[in-house]
Formats: sequence, C-alpha cells, structure tokens
Amino acid sequence: MNNSVFELSEKTSWCPGCGNFPLREALKQALNELDLDYTNTVMSSGIGQAAKMPHYININAFNGLHGRAMPPALGIRVANKNMKVIVESGDGDNYGEGGNHTIHNMRRNLDVSHFVHNNQIYGLTKGQASPTTGFNMTTPVQQNGITANPINPLQLAITMNATFVARASVGNKEHLVEIMKKAIEHRGYALVDILQPCVTFNNVNTYQWYKKHSYILENDYDASDKYAAYKRAAEFGEEGIPLGILYQAEEPTFLDRHPEIGDNPLVENIIQPSERKELINEFK
Amino acid sequence: MKVNIVIAGAAGQGLKTLNNILSKIFFRLGYDIYSTKDYMSRIRGGHNFMSIRIGDEKITSSEKEIDLLIALNSESIEIHKSDIKKDGVILFDGDKTHDQLINIPAKEIAKEIGNRRVSNMAFVGSVLKILGIDLKEASEIVTHYFDADETVAEANIESLEKGYNLLDEKLPLPKVEKNDDQILINGNDAVGFGGAIGGVQFYSAYPMTPSTGILNYMAKHSNKMNIAVEQAEDEIAAVNMALGASYGGIRAMTGTSGGGFALMNETIGLISLMELPLVIANVQRPGPATGMPTRTSQGDLSFIINSSSGEFPLVVSAPRHQKDAFYQTFKAMNLSEKYQMPFIILTDQYLADTKQNFKTFDIDALENKNYYFNNKEKSDVKDFKRYELTQNGISHLTYPGQLSNSYVIADSHEHTEYGRISEDIDVRNKMVEKRQRKFDHFIKEDLEEPIYKGPENPEHVLISWGSTYSPSLEAIQDFDNIGLLSFNHVWPLPTKKLNEYAKGSKFIVIENNSMGQFAKLIRQETCLTIDSQILKYDGRPFTSKEIVNRIKNEVL
Repeated sequence: MNNSVFELSEKTSWCPGCGNFPLREALKQALNELDLDYTNTVMSSGIGQAAKMPHYININAFNGLHGRAMPPALGIRVANKNMKVIVESGDGDNYGEGGNHTIHNMRRNLDVSHFVHNNQIYGLTKGQASPTTGFNMTTPVQQNGITANPINPLQLAITMNATFVARASVGNKEHLVEIMKKAIEHRGYALVDILQPCVTFNNVNTYQWYKKHSYILENDYDASDKYAAYKRAAEFGEEGIPLGILYQAEEPTFLDRHPEIGDNPLVENIIQPSERKELINEFK
Repeated sequence: MKVNIVIAGAAGQGLKTLNNILSKIFFRLGYDIYSTKDYMSRIRGGHNFMSIRIGDEKITSSEKEIDLLIALNSESIEIHKSDIKKDGVILFDGDKTHDQLINIPAKEIAKEIGNRRVSNMAFVGSVLKILGIDLKEASEIVTHYFDADETVAEANIESLEKGYNLLDEKLPLPKVEKNDDQILINGNDAVGFGGAIGGVQFYSAYPMTPSTGILNYMAKHSNKMNIAVEQAEDEIAAVNMALGASYGGIRAMTGTSGGGFALMNETIGLISLMELPLVIANVQRPGPATGMPTRTSQGDLSFIINSSSGEFPLVVSAPRHQKDAFYQTFKAMNLSEKYQMPFIILTDQYLADTKQNFKTFDIDALENKNYYFNNKEKSDVKDFKRYELTQNGISHLTYPGQLSNSYVIADSHEHTEYGRISEDIDVRNKMVEKRQRKFDHFIKEDLEEPIYKGPENPEHVLISWGSTYSPSLEAIQDFDNIGLLSFNHVWPLPTKKLNEYAKGSKFIVIENNSMGQFAKLIRQETCLTIDSQILKYDGRPFTSKEIVNRIKNEVL
C-alpha cells in the first residue's frame, strides 16, 4: 500500500495501543484508494486526542476549537465546492460540546463526512464521562456512577434526517475502510460513528468488549428503510452492536439548496468593487 | 431652516413605511435628512416613534422639540405633547384634545378610497401641504416608491391628495435644488454595503437586534451578487462558519450584538492565532445580558478590546457616521487580509438605525487587494511555511488547494512555522513576538488618527468615539472655544493627536455608557488627564442640544 501523500512521520501524543492508530491507518488507506490529495481534501477537527488526527497525517487542516469542528467545515464547503471535507473529532467534541452543530448540519445535509472517534470516554482530560459513556459507570468525576443516559448518535442522526448513518469499528479495518470510502463518496452529510477503544481510561469498552458485541449487518439489510434503521440503531451493548450503513438516502445537499453560490467555486472569484457598483442605486 | 417631524404610535401601525416614504420624498426633493428610530422590543403595541429632521443645511443630530407630530394613537399625544414647539402641529385622526391638534380623518379617507391600508398616506399629504411642498413633484416620488403595483400606487396617491387638500401651508420650507449625487443610508446597510463592496462572498449570522439589518442586507442581495448567506444555529457557529470560509480562501464576514459577541469570544482569539482574515460587526445595545434590545449604548468597548483569552492583535474600528461605516467596513476587508487578524466594526443601534444623506460614494475609486499567491508565485513555492517568521510578522497567505505540493494548516494550538503543534520555548516566544510585530506594523502603516473639527487653539476638546460624533459636531457650533476630536479607530488607541491637544486644552470625553470606558482607555494608554466626562446610559442617543446643555451645566 502506498501512503505517499498522507504519510507523516510526526510523533503522536496517543498512548501505545490507542484505537486512534488503527483508525489512522484505515483513514490513510481510504483517502489513498479514493485518489485524494492536497488539492481536493480538507480535514476540520476540534480538540481532544481524536481531533489531533490532522497533525498525524499530511492533509489540509483546520484544527479549531473544542466542539467547533463542524461550522468551519460549512464555510470551507461554501468557499470551494470542489473540496472534499472530512470532519474528524471525538465523542465529546461532536456529541457534547458541539452537539448543537452536529444536529443542525444533519438538518442542512451539509456535504461532509463526519468521522466520530467514539471511545465512550474523555481521554485528553483523563477519564471523565463523555456523552456516550455507559450509564452507571464510575469515573474520577462521576463518583456515584454516570447519572445521564448515553446519547444514541445513530438514532439522533436518523431523526434529524441525516442522509448517511453508519457505524464501524477499528477492530475490523477492511470494513472501516469501506465505510469511510462510502461516506466520503456520499452526496450530503455522512455520519460514521467509529468504535475506538481508549486503552487507558475506559476499561469497560475494550477491544475485546467491542469485538464480542459488534456484528456486521446482514447482506440483505435494507438501508433505505428509515424506521427499521431507527429500530436497529437502538441496539448497543449486550444485545449486539450493528456495524455498517444503517440508513442512506438521496436528498438535495446544502450546496444544492444554496443556488446563490453558483457553479464556480467561490474561491476562484476575485471580486472588485466596480462589479457590485449597482448596489448603490437603492440608496438614491 | 430645520423641521423636526415625529411619527409616533404602536408597533404594527405602519410607522416604518411612513418614515420611509416621508424620508424618501424630502430626500429626493433635495433636502438634508436625519432620521432616527426609537422603538421597543415587540412586534405589536407599545410606544414607538421615529423622527425625521429635514432642512436646507446639513443636519447631524436628532432633536427632542417637535414641529410636526403625526400621532397614530392618543397615547402618542400624551407622551410627546410637552415637546411640541409653540407653532408646532399635531396631526391626529380623532377628537381635538389639544390646542395645536388638527384632525386628519385618515381612516374615513381610506374608506372612501376603498383601501384601508392607505390611511397613513393622508398624513403624508397633510405634512407636505403644511411644509409647502409641490404636490406634483411629491406624487411622482410616491408613484415611483410603489412602482411594483399600479393600483396600490393610485390608491396611495388619492389618499395623499386628499390629505394635502385638507389644510393650508403653515411652516413653508425654503425651496432647494434637487441633487442627484446624494444617497440616503442607515448604519446597518452601510456596513453590509461596505462588506459587499469589499468582496464578501459569505455572510453567516444569528439574528440579533439591532444587528439583524446587516444580515437582511446581505440576504437581500445574495442571489444577484453571489453572496452565500447562512443563518447559523448560534453565534458560535456563525463566526466559525465565516472563519472556515476565510480559511477556504474567500472574504467572509459575520455580525452580531453584545450578547452574541460574548458567544463568539473564544473564536476571536482563534482567528488571531490561526492568522486568518475576518471582519466582525458588533452593533451595540445596552447590556448586560439581554439588557434593552432595541436601544443604544457604547457599553461594549472595554469588552470588545479585551475579548477572548490570551494576548493577541485585534483592531477595533468604531465608525463615526454611516458613510464612515461604509468605508471602515470596506477598508477592514482589505486590512484584515493584509494583516491576517480580526477586525471588529463597532457600531450601535443609534448608528445602525439612523438614516442620513451623504454625497454618493465613488465606488470606482476603490480596489480590493489580493494578498494570496498569484499564479506565477505559486508555482515557485517550495517548502511552504504558513507561519513563516518575517520582519513585519506577516507570513504569506494561501488557501487549501492553491498549492499542489503543500498542505495548508490552520491551528488553534501554538504552532511551528509549518503550523504543527508545539510547546517549545523558542517557538512560543518567536510566535508571540511575530504576532506582536504585525500589530506594530499595523500601528505604523494603517492606524487612523482621530479627526479634529473646531478652533485652532481650543480651550476644551470634546473627545468622541463612534456614533457620538454627529450630535457632538452640531453641539460644538454653539461654543467659540470648544473643538471636537472624533475617533473611529479605538483599538489600538491612536495617541498622537491626544498628546498634541493635551498640551493646551482640557479634555471632555463624551460616551454612551456609565463607566467612561474610553476615558479609561485614554488614561491607560497615555497617562493623560481627562478633565470631565459626559456620560449617558439610559439607552437613548445624545441630541446636540442635550450636549450643549450638559457642557454648560457640568463643564464650563
């Protein structure tokens, strides 16, 4: 496999054995297999261990604020409609601090691939609950166990009319690469909730735990049936964790809904004042 | 000669249309206009009023005393009757409860015409007659105003004529020459217009009074001008969307008011650390918290210049009037790209909602600069460093996709010249100093000193910033020995003229806030003495007469 473009020899700040490593390998492979490069791909990320991804591969990157990985992605799409945008961050960043942006960009059908590293814990701040941490688990902060129900990102996405709702696991690299590629190629918003163990701070949801409970959706699964997808998305834990594309639909994207952007990427325009001179007439 | 018309009533009674039509008629006829809005935060009811000062000479302030009151309900008479001048007139559709009241049977007139929506036009007709305006000329302007719908125009003209023929001339305005080279513009439109001329291709915002006018302006022109407009889910999203677009290589802008700016705060520092261009308009209203949404204030100054965590360069410009709002926003688009740092346009409800006439802007004389690589340069780039250390601190700007051999990174961590995360002592020091050099470079090359109006060796200098310029300018005409020093750039604070005038004059600082924030800033940056302050924090703008009285009572 040739990772020439995206390969970077930067040292990471991830723990040995971190689920981010296999995730990074899958990501590079997906990008390479789609022939993407500097001229057509950008990654937008927030803060957290997952959000450091753009520093550990070679890619155009907007590494912004905690919880704010998504809004800049919208701006990037507006500026250059030919640019593939991948939003990459963790469960805290996307479902907690940035939950509002996640919801509203599902509604917009913003054409981005949204890769959420879901390790069900806060790693960078050392082991507090994330929005997806299991109920009752104790942490240094949640001494009496977590008292809020975990968010179900897939069900949330389906109810918000997201047009691509998937889950994959770093425990199955080939499957993860396939899902990533399909998400990047999807027209519109594509959520991939990626199960990725935190080997240091989450001793419940481990490689073994995910391996034991997750299964790949059956071959004849119908991803166009929204209500069936919603039902299937409820599964998490002992009852099994479905992996694959749970729901996919074709709908006009954010850019389709913004005809004012026009056919050319806006970044190619150099606007001079004289071109907009007629704007003065309404004040006369 | 100057005449002050006040239109008063409840929200939903058509005040805005009345104001627009009256302003447009007198403006088109060649008079000078100064029109302000005083409204409550509600859609129906309450008490709102708009004032239009009209004259044959430049007007730069509103006035409390009323020549002509159009009272759309009886409450308006009660509220404003003490301000009616001796020879003033109240126009009202109802009983004669006041000596100066003239009954205008507007509803009756509209009923006869068969369109109850044209009742207010009878008031317009009456005003025109009282002021001795030629009916034919005015009718043409009204017809043009309603040109989208002929039957609506006809009904309005009929109502206008009936109102006109009801009464006699009373306060005839001197005739003026029609003047084609004037425009009539409010502050929010001026900021939007300045941004659009400055090349904005994306505007994202969350609606918030009194800044929503800018969003409306951009949306109105978006299809024709290819300006992408997005209503964000909150102000945090609004500013981050705009910043993403800026990183993507286009000129972007956002706007809000104090509380919304508070939400944007973390991102202000991010813009600065990422060294990306972005212009943000903050239209002030009285805070803290929700405060008074539709009122005016200059209470955000200290907050804005100290916004976000950490230390970084930031430029704050507070336009002194609507024309300045246009030019400051236009210039900010270029300068923000040149220096790759955030520029804040700091206006207020008073500036935003006040319409004034100016000589038209010469758009052809303006140029949008381009600080990205050109085609020739980009093919020569090797080993690209987005944050290259340079003498003036400015590194070369590019956008993702422009260079085929390099990624473009924007990072919120302290970073190396390549944009990679670093906690190295040497890197940190050099990057802090690099950003500071940009700030120093801006001060040397592009910081605007205040303008001075008045006598050569003034005893007192009245110091204004932002929108208090206009009423202050009118106020100093009443004194022989008071000059006006008006700032638009307030951060970094220009100090040259302050130090010059400090030698022979006493300083009076006028501000629409309670803590004297600009006076504090002057003391902090110059150690100069502020001799007196004129402060106002009731949510209403200063009038020139009020300033004159307060100088007489509190300063002299």
